[in-house]
Amino acid sequence: MAPKQAPREKIYVHRLFVRVFHWVNALGMTLMIMSGWRIYNASPLFDFRFPNGITLGGWLGGALQWHFAAMWLLVVNLLVYVVVGFATGHFRKRFTPVSPRSVVGDMTMALKGKLPHSTTTYNAVQKAAYIGVLLAIVLAIVSGSVVWKPVQLQELAVLMGGYEGARLVHFFSMAAICAFIVLHLTLVLLVPSTLIPMIMGWARKTRLEQEASHEH
Amino acid sequence: MNTKQLLQPSKSLVNIERRLFMKKTLSLGALAMLTGCDATDPSITDRILSAMSRWNDEVQLAIFNPSKPAPVYTEADITEDFPFNGYYPESKAPVVAEAGFKLELSGLVGKKESWTLEQLRALPQESQITRHICVEGWSAIGKWGGVRFSEFLRLIEADTSAKYVGFKCADNYHSSIDMATALHPQTILALTFRDQVLPVKYGFPMKLRVPTKLGFKNPKHIMALYVTNDYPGGFWEDQGYNWFSGS
Repeated sequence: MAPKQAPREKIYVHRLFVRVFHWVNALGMTLMIMSGWRIYNASPLFDFRFPNGITLGGWLGGALQWHFAAMWLLVVNLLVYVVVGFATGHFRKRFTPVSPRSVVGDMTMALKGKLPHSTTTYNAVQKAAYIGVLLAIVLAIVSGSVVWKPVQLQELAVLMGGYEGARLVHFFSMAAICAFIVLHLTLVLLVPSTLIPMIMGWARKTRLEQEASHEH
Repeated sequence: MNTKQLLQPSKSLVNIERRLFMKKTLSLGALAMLTGCDATDPSITDRILSAMSRWNDEVQLAIFNPSKPAPVYTEADITEDFPFNGYYPESKAPVVAEAGFKLELSGLVGKKESWTLEQLRALPQESQITRHICVEGWSAIGKWGGVRFSEFLRLIEADTSAKYVGFKCADNYHSSIDMATALHPQTILALTFRDQVLPVKYGFPMKLRVPTKLGFKNPKHIMALYVTNDYPGGFWEDQGYNWFSGS
């Protein structure tokens, strides 16, 4: 058993490519969402507009410029992440196995406050949330491409109910991403120590983890 | 339909928005100063965004399939009360008299003689029911009829290896398109809307109907056109809308 006063060991949590992806994606997503809200305001799908103060671009033309510039950042960054993620086995190690049963089980434990936090492995709810938001981003990109190119991509448009359908899919994938961001930021506020490994790569082991590792 | 209230803002509104845009860009510059970046020139962000917009022009030209038609619809799909759109209210739409009107041609064309509406109506006519998609996001389905533009370019012996076709309009609007799109089979010089002479509201005496581009690339009240290799820009394009704006 390690003495209680011993400095807690560092553990490597997030690889460099994950950290680069995360922050570039955070920037790209912010630019896309804020400029997208301004574009939405030019012709709202629903009976509300986003306050101009939280949008980007200043007017429709400016917002479109931001949207069509930041989309390249978002897409290229995601492509690199997906290729490296599959090639290195990162996705398999981090995101699987995950089943509906395990998600429900971990969710129940979490709501009862009994789900132990682990720095290095994701619980089933985390896995589902990360897979889910990645799929939402892919859907936003695909539906956004259809809204951008409804003639060239008309075969894809048909799957979404045409141009107007693709606008709705694009809106709701944005909403899903926003819901994830709210949850994600709330959890970071509740457990701020998770921010360090996403910047530095490593984290200090928790006392429990340190003790557990020394018992083995 | 509620899209009518969402039409292009008046010019003064746009100018105010432009000024707010510049203000925001300035504050971005101020933010960059705090980080030590040399981004005090407010136009640096603008320049990057413009460069990306030009890159997007190239990408769109590359993925544009010159023989792929835009989806066509049936009479039943036509939007009732098709929205008016322009940078001014409908009441300010220019009224061009048919008497004395002639479409003027210039630039890289062999036959520069002007065309009356009668002469244009005597050419083979075709019609299409296609979706008009506005840069603002809304869309509406309409029916336009007129002269296939590639056929007209052939008749006037236009240099179709040139890069651009530009349009000058009675409302001081102007725009331009790439030659590939000009030669697309669905690009027409529209003289009718729903089988009636094109009303003032929709662009009398003629409108370029381009179902493979956003609405603002479909100039109305066309008075003159020209073929050129010098980038002609356009009313909205010069203010920041993407030039190619293909669909």
